[in-house]
Amino acid sequence: MTKPLLSVNDMAIVFTSPDEPDIEAVRQVDLTLTPGKTLALVGESGCGKSVTARAVLRLLDKNADISRGEILYDAAQDGPVDIARLDPDGLAMRSIRGAQISMIFQEPMTSLSPVHTIGNQIDEVIMLHERMSQKQARERTIALLDQVGVPGARDRANAYPFELSGGLRQRAMIAMALACTPKLLIADEPTTALDVTTQAQILDLLRQLQDDFGMAILFITHDLGVVAEVADEVAVMYLGDVVEQGDVYEVFRAPQHPYTQALMNSVPRLQRKAERQRLSPIKGTVPSPKDRPEGCAFTSRCPHAFAPCPNIRPERTEVGAGHIARCHLLTQANVEEPA
Amino acid sequence: MTRLLTVENLSKVYTLGGGLFGKSRELVALNDIDLTVEAGETLAVVGESGCGKTTLGRCIIKAQPSTAGRVVYHPKSGGEVELTSLNKRQIKPYRQDIRMIFQDPMSSLNPNMRVFDLVAEPLRIHRIARGQELENKVVDTLARVGIPADALGRYPHAFSGGQRQRIGIARALVLDPKLVIADEAVSALDVSIQAQVLNLLDDLKEEFGLTYIFISHDLGVVNYIADRVVVMYLGHVVETAPTEMLFERPRHPYTEMLLEALPIADPTRRKGRRPELKGEIPYLGNRPQGCPFHTRCKYAQDRCRSDKPVLRPIHGTAQSAACHFAETLDLKGAYDDAPQRTFA
Repeated sequence: MTKPLLSVNDMAIVFTSPDEPDIEAVRQVDLTLTPGKTLALVGESGCGKSVTARAVLRLLDKNADISRGEILYDAAQDGPVDIARLDPDGLAMRSIRGAQISMIFQEPMTSLSPVHTIGNQIDEVIMLHERMSQKQARERTIALLDQVGVPGARDRANAYPFELSGGLRQRAMIAMALACTPKLLIADEPTTALDVTTQAQILDLLRQLQDDFGMAILFITHDLGVVAEVADEVAVMYLGDVVEQGDVYEVFRAPQHPYTQALMNSVPRLQRKAERQRLSPIKGTVPSPKDRPEGCAFTSRCPHAFAPCPNIRPERTEVGAGHIARCHLLTQANVEEPA
Repeated sequence: MTRLLTVENLSKVYTLGGGLFGKSRELVALNDIDLTVEAGETLAVVGESGCGKTTLGRCIIKAQPSTAGRVVYHPKSGGEVELTSLNKRQIKPYRQDIRMIFQDPMSSLNPNMRVFDLVAEPLRIHRIARGQELENKVVDTLARVGIPADALGRYPHAFSGGQRQRIGIARALVLDPKLVIADEAVSALDVSIQAQVLNLLDDLKEEFGLTYIFISHDLGVVNYIADRVVVMYLGHVVETAPTEMLFERPRHPYTEMLLEALPIADPTRRKGRRPELKGEIPYLGNRPQGCPFHTRCKYAQDRCRSDKPVLRPIHGTAQSAACHFAETLDLKGAYDDAPQRTFA
């Protein structure tokens, strides 16, 4: 097995507020990213998936703190670095951010500067991290834009974001993220704001670029269809906990955590009328992290909840090769055979 | 089946610019739309952003004036009413029968009103009930969509997205409508909540004998909920068909493209690279000559660049398509790729 590029171990993130008790938005996250592979982090809004991604880049707001755990980044040169211990504004972090680990955001219109041309914005990234003249940087920018499928790249480099369509803007965003050939690309809902046909094109592009550059991708999404389309591995998050992680084929074939199962049953399947079944949604709504039970976060909505669930945090259980889930049902089955 | 609504040659043109000396430009958002809605069915309108599906919904109920064409409503009491020719006062009674549910439950509820008043407002405006009767009606309707009675005094911000959408649905239902236009009603919701709301819409339809115009961009949801589908592209209807036929064998290349682009939640049916998906929806003011879709169509011939196809029935089917080659093209459906499992 290849050496992991980034491993997040038992990470928790706490948000503090002057007049409210602290909120542990992320309670228990373990993730492993391998070069050349795509890990999809999937969950519903508020589960902490975006906060997790921002923590890896140390882009959290001032009132958020990584209270526990480590983020080990293993780039070849000088051994593993624990990103969680770096100063977010320090030189070490700044040389990683944008150059070795970069990010694509959901809404390209709000994450690109509206008053600079896309060419200037990409040039800036290149010149910040590499010794290059403006002219060399621009040549590289044009090559990048060309590579991500922006037609007429030389002219389009002089365009402002508002002059581009949503799909082209997202392509420009991707070009910027790839400017310094990162080892890890974090894509936070990169296709959510796009139409389906444009989404399909952007997903194709990311796959193509991964083949060309060999980077690892952390792909954050709420859409199980997109996960099935692009991921090698998938991690499912619920209310701050990663409840299941494993090979994408394995997890979709035999989901082990009740939340993963319920999530998959909530998506309408493409079936003919005769075979159509009524959806079986998860009952209730996601509670606030304030009301999260001490034990398994899914307890209040789980159809199988029993005695230990509200109070005892389930252990990581290996249910298959590299397929891990945290559920008391799994450990219980090992101890006593069901009658 | 009885006809509930007929839309004939409906057009909507926006005029842009054109100050004192400037030259004005025309943006055709709806181009000669023809469609019918039968009582009791769920008609889905699908297409990508900017195709005119929302404008269509709004023009039907005259939330926006249309430029040309007719919208005819056939009330149960018989007769027909041309909604497009009515003025603001005349159309008011029909706004009880035709209601809308909006996409974004946060921006479509007044943040300064309590839930009770939000749902009571339509009853007050239409002077349908007052006093105890009004109260009962509001409580009943909210209970039906799953909002408990103890929440009546709260403001919208105290509710989750799914609950807010339920309040929006209650506002539509409280007047006992016949036709509900749901504009992307579940798009902003998380999947588990989306499933709850879809089931709720299904139950309410059954219970109150509703008819839906379900505007959506999500073909997975449309396949689940709709009886018939209208596909729109750049302000044109390019295909209409019963849902199953459309997904089995689409007749317009744009429909095929949408189905091809639809991600399916099963990695074993992974579609891989799709080089035939190309281009983006052109700017509305920049509509191509001939068939509006020819710039992205992989089957386009010379004829498509000059002749504009009209929507016509495909012989031997219940489908209609606006494509010169609708009969001869063998387009790919979506069912064969579908996963069939459920997890216990």
